[in-house]
Amino acid sequence: MHSLLDALSYELMRNAVLAGVLAAVLCGVVGPFVVVKRLAFLSDGISHAAFGGMGVCFYFGLDPLLGAVAVALGCALTLGMLDTEAIRSYDAIIGVLWAVGLAVGIVFVYKTPGYAPNLMTYLFGNILLVSRHELGVLAVLAGSVLLILALFFKGIVAVAFDEVFARVQGAPVRLLMVLLLTMIALSVVILIQVVGIILVVALLTIPPVICLMFLKDLRSVILGSVLLGVGMTLGGLTLSYLYDLPSGPAIILLGAAVLLAVYLLRKLRGGAPKLLPDLRG
Amino acid sequence: MVDTPLLEARHVTFGYGREPVVEDVDLAIHPRDFLAVIGPNGGGKTTLVKILLGLLTPWSGEVVSRFAAGRKGRLGYVPQFSTFDKSFPLRVSEVVLMGKLGSRGLLRLYTKSDRAELAAVLARLDLSRLARAHVSEISGGQLQRVLIARAVLSDPEILFLDEPTASIDAESRQVLTELLQDLNRSIPIVVITHDVTSIAPMVQHIACINRRLWYHAGGELDQAMLEEVYGCPVEMVTHGVAHRVLHDHHHDHPNH
Repeated sequence: MHSLLDALSYELMRNAVLAGVLAAVLCGVVGPFVVVKRLAFLSDGISHAAFGGMGVCFYFGLDPLLGAVAVALGCALTLGMLDTEAIRSYDAIIGVLWAVGLAVGIVFVYKTPGYAPNLMTYLFGNILLVSRHELGVLAVLAGSVLLILALFFKGIVAVAFDEVFARVQGAPVRLLMVLLLTMIALSVVILIQVVGIILVVALLTIPPVICLMFLKDLRSVILGSVLLGVGMTLGGLTLSYLYDLPSGPAIILLGAAVLLAVYLLRKLRGGAPKLLPDLRG
Repeated sequence: MVDTPLLEARHVTFGYGREPVVEDVDLAIHPRDFLAVIGPNGGGKTTLVKILLGLLTPWSGEVVSRFAAGRKGRLGYVPQFSTFDKSFPLRVSEVVLMGKLGSRGLLRLYTKSDRAELAAVLARLDLSRLARAHVSEISGGQLQRVLIARAVLSDPEILFLDEPTASIDAESRQVLTELLQDLNRSIPIVVITHDVTSIAPMVQHIACINRRLWYHAGGELDQAMLEEVYGCPVEMVTHGVAHRVLHDHHHDHPNH
């Protein structure tokens, strides 16, 4: 414990903890929408596509975070404007975005002259590399996500819950959908810094999946997911520090262990918790 | 003097693939109409209602609305199957409250008066004691009433119900009948149904749709007409409902 407190005296560790908390708060706020609206694949697609933007920025010596934000927002706008009913395979479009983004990123990183950034850092994240400048950008992004949700909570919940009814009510469904996807996109970019591109979706889904087993209204699921996410991130960081583990996987594995434990406990107690949302219409 | 229709479909044609599901359909909904929409499965009943609601854009033709000035022109829709995921973490009261979604600015939260109206609607549909229940915990008939409550709370100009009696128990049916009769004093009601006899006493007009639409003012219905629409012999079961025999009946029926 002593060494942990010592660790906090390093700026690097303090930044890591702050970034982790920011990320966890966003997971808690955005994750429940991702889970109940079944947008996990989409979130994962945005995360991989964002890597394209990062690679391009690397090549031109720009801040990769900017590239990630630009591509993620571009994806959110494009997917939000598409008419999901008119498209035969929304899934396939996300899959294409995913693969193309990743390929573009790898090509540009490969062609970047001189210092080649370590791909592993982006794919699996290294929260210890978050700089003060990045932390500032992350805080602004997190603030934007919270602001969007606070302003449009009623409409975003309505669209996430029942798009058809929201449309009949005359709500601007397209706009609200774009806002929801924008929130997800910005969160994904922040999460990339913490757990890396590949593990983003786990941090978005694990806390809400646990909360949905117990809680019945959205506000409590959001609050619960925020708390769980913070616990997961800080716990994972601690494990990573104590046992010299990569931070992203440590966070995810801790979360997965908690999910499994909660599920089994509930099962042993005779309840039959629903691990995943009911798939019936 | 004929009322001006509130909502009118003119020569509307629409389909999902290449073949039209509804073709050259004309239909007018007048103030205080009670219209039953009947027809075989796949005949285009739900599609027609979705076009009227603006959820589907017709290939050709148009939907024209004329609501009173100063009204928002909201339509109420009670779908046959819930269009949402029941595992969504929301309580019954929160789902019904969404009926107030369009009544104020998007940035405004639900107000005290919204909640007061909510309580009244829940009581009217006998849902008060379920207000805090999760939407996945209630029965099919109760869910049906939740969907109706949500549509009623939105204070619609016209209320559309798709098969409202399909999953409803006898007690709910009584509640529903009284509610619809009451609402029909101020707004028109359009009901898609397989079972026209269950709402027959209220029905004023019948629209039969099987790609084309046959409109029968006055709720007239007879064997020949049903056979025409369904394209096969149909047994009339009336359960004591008086059907006037059709008089002169000139339609351009398509060949089957």
